[in-house]
Amino acid sequence: MILTQLSIFLENKPGRLQHILQVLADNTINIQTLTIAEVNDFGILRLLVDKPEEAFAALRKEQITCSKTDVLAVVIEDRPGALHHLIDAFSRHQINIEYVYAFMGRHESKPVMIFRFDNLATAMDALQSEGYTLMPRAVIQAE
Amino acid sequence: MFNPEFERLSLPHLKELQLERLKWSVRHSYEHNAHYRQTFDAAGFHPDQLKSLDDLQRVPFLTKQEMRERAPFGLFAAPMKDVIRVHSSSGTTGNATVVGYTRSDIDLWATLMARTIASAGGSSEDVLQVAYGYGLFTGGLGAHYGGEKIGATVIPISGGGTDRQLMVMRDFGTTMLACTPSYAINMAEFAAKQMPDFDFRKTKLRRGIFGAEPWTEGMRQEIEQAMGIDAYDIYGLSEVIGPGVSCECSAKSGLHVFEDFFLVEIIDPETGQVLPEGEVGEIVYTSLTKECCPVIRYRSRDITRLYREGCSCGRTLVKMEKVRGRSDDMLIIRGVNVFPSQIEALLMEIEGVEPHYQIIVDRQGALDDIEVRVEVEEEIFSDELKVMNALSGKIAARMRSILGLSAKITLVEPQSIERSQGKAKRVIDRRQKI
Repeated sequence: MILTQLSIFLENKPGRLQHILQVLADNTINIQTLTIAEVNDFGILRLLVDKPEEAFAALRKEQITCSKTDVLAVVIEDRPGALHHLIDAFSRHQINIEYVYAFMGRHESKPVMIFRFDNLATAMDALQSEGYTLMPRAVIQAE
Repeated sequence: MFNPEFERLSLPHLKELQLERLKWSVRHSYEHNAHYRQTFDAAGFHPDQLKSLDDLQRVPFLTKQEMRERAPFGLFAAPMKDVIRVHSSSGTTGNATVVGYTRSDIDLWATLMARTIASAGGSSEDVLQVAYGYGLFTGGLGAHYGGEKIGATVIPISGGGTDRQLMVMRDFGTTMLACTPSYAINMAEFAAKQMPDFDFRKTKLRRGIFGAEPWTEGMRQEIEQAMGIDAYDIYGLSEVIGPGVSCECSAKSGLHVFEDFFLVEIIDPETGQVLPEGEVGEIVYTSLTKECCPVIRYRSRDITRLYREGCSCGRTLVKMEKVRGRSDDMLIIRGVNVFPSQIEALLMEIEGVEPHYQIIVDRQGALDDIEVRVEVEEEIFSDELKVMNALSGKIAARMRSILGLSAKITLVEPQSIERSQGKAKRVIDRRQKI
């Protein structure tokens, strides 16, 4: 149910993203989704990969600052208003979203949104009571 | 000249006066301060053994570290009821050194600054704008009392508020400016950019005394040309008394040390051996008449050279060259003394770990810029931007409150700071060397 996301500190200068992707490629890690949040001088690269533990170890070995974060992958309908409906549910349950981004693939032909919450358990309860489906971890992450 | 009878003493008379005062100062320190008593005893020295100026070499040095360890009042040699003022070196943390003044110390300091003002051509006719910071820093009040002593009209405007500085300068008819050289350049640049109608040459400004940080001959020319004035270098350090230890004269070559109040030696910073006059080394100060905080062989860490020459101004006082550098790692940024260890301590305190960091000092236009790069290790990394932003904000805020400096904080990747033999290079100073 819970996916492991890798968060990587990234300086905003040429060659940095390349270096990280090189490490992942060399270790035959497959990237499922990638997003970057950035401020002036640095950014945080967030990745969903097939083998998070292996990737984490490989990145650390290269002295790349990296952390593991639990995120939820929520399956939504592919129609107007579907995302609004979901966010509205969080709003009604007084649940704060730290950040959200779209999963690159689909689960059973439906879009998937990745969420990070400060309180994961409360968010899962809310999703369950609202009848949402979470994409199982096994779909993308073997470990 | 404010005190021609002393500023033009012949060398034998000067030495005689120095010896007499030195005997008093060494005995006073020994009898009224536990630290001096302890260190003199440990070195097997007693004030009775001081028979000539050369005997001073038997007396142990006083270091900045010792002053800090005994802060705030551990080096006072006067009872608190006689202490009428305290000042402190930059910083408000445990790293600061604190100095105290009796009424006669304050009067001495005012005399020294009056001499300094006179040395730059100032007199009771002048309107002196003191744009050094007032407060614990010795610059503002030091110049202020000197200005009053000589009878000038003092404008105690303190630092900052550049537009107001310029309006006051024009409207009050300032003839003499006292501030850091970088602030003078900042004023000139501000006027050129923001106040196109402002012309220094249409004001009454004629001269300025600039100090509290090292500056170059190039900066002097820049200030002189931009403001149409004569710019003089003044020197001092709070541990010794504040500004007024030495100053340039009309010759603008070398700074006369007020030797009747401070005895100066040049030592080899490695061995501590006294070097012959004329050699380059670390300048060491001994106060001759100070009551509250006498300094006996205070190691300034400033590297310079002393020489005597028949000066065109008529003063016989020894000259020191502009300070060439430091024998420790202290940085002077916008007039503030900063040790890399202070920044290290501050980072430790915030992060709970010892991070790799690098201090980059540069001069963009007039003012020094300081950037602190901090490597983001796992211990301080968060995958939330707001947490990372809060971290750099917190470091910047601590820098401001503890060191009084606005610094740019840059978070960088591990291993991105250049290492030499495994150790990160702590300081990169890109400012032009003198």
